[in-house]
Amino acid sequence: MNAPIDYLLQLADNAVILGQRNAEWCGHAPVLEEDMALANNSLDLIGQARLLYQHAATLIGGDASEDTLAYFRDVPDFKNYTLCELPHLPLMSATACGDRDFATTIARNFLYSALMVLVWDRLQGSADAQLAAIADKSLKETRYHLRHARDWLLRLGDGTETSHQRMQAAIDALLPYTSEFWASCPQEQAAQANGSGTDVAALRTDWNTIVDAALQEATLTRPADSAFLPTGKQGLHSEHLGFVLAEMQSLSRQHPGATW
Amino acid sequence: MNAPALKEWPLWEVFVRSKQGLEHKHCGSLHASDAQHALQMARDVYTRRQEGVSIWVVPSSAIAASEPNDKAEFFEPASDKIYRHPTFYDIPEEVGHM
Repeated sequence: MNAPIDYLLQLADNAVILGQRNAEWCGHAPVLEEDMALANNSLDLIGQARLLYQHAATLIGGDASEDTLAYFRDVPDFKNYTLCELPHLPLMSATACGDRDFATTIARNFLYSALMVLVWDRLQGSADAQLAAIADKSLKETRYHLRHARDWLLRLGDGTETSHQRMQAAIDALLPYTSEFWASCPQEQAAQANGSGTDVAALRTDWNTIVDAALQEATLTRPADSAFLPTGKQGLHSEHLGFVLAEMQSLSRQHPGATW
Repeated sequence: MNAPALKEWPLWEVFVRSKQGLEHKHCGSLHASDAQHALQMARDVYTRRQEGVSIWVVPSSAIAASEPNDKAEFFEPASDKIYRHPTFYDIPEEVGHM
């Protein structure tokens, strides 16, 4: 039983867009060791995306490949969570420049990997054997991503006055975007119906436990839930995704089919 | 939350065991704020090509090192004492690599 193509694309798009975002730290991280940690994280995510795109491309058939899926689709085709595409300074306009905010990077990686350890764990039992194998590999990587982000969340949240304030601001800015995790969409319903996917809404209690425990330990406050509901996985994105794709896809589009 | 920010992270020496049964070998050093932090950074810097199955980190300040100036009295007296090398024995085949 194969997973619905759009469901595979949603998983792959999350990974490739967050991988691209985290790669922006390459050469710019606060210390050399952290530069490598974030590059490792980014490469893990891009590796997950590749496996998912390859699987989807096989199911699509024809000329589809991991490259056409990553580099030759446009904003409305991408099904990633809006959370993954936000810049490392979430409250700026798409074209604004500023120093990257490490707390924002950590908050996003924490919120996303706390979800994905649960999702990959369930998808190990997917009716789609290929997806189950990808989940098995990705789970180990994601456990480390969660550990890395959680560790920094604690250090910065329970650190100095400045680091606490910046970590709190990042959580305040990004947590509302997680409401999208729990709102079901057609590809998730189709995947759940044929046994290849999992009921993400059922993971909410476990996710809350992970998040609340970490925030409490980090002396941070969880902002109240709001009615804000992003729609990235339906292809309706923030203004930021276009800029991410412009950078990520420009080389492939200028030199289609180029290899090295 | 009232601890002052560390402006300089202390230095740690990193030891990696490449396989079960082998010893931990020194492979480099890094800056980190505490032991747990140093372990994670060592994982990211020194084991990303499957180099290890176990990591030790030790504060560099905890290592007492011999002085380069002591080289003559520390090491040179051993140079003419070849009888300290176990090269005068025949090792039975069954023992294999020693």
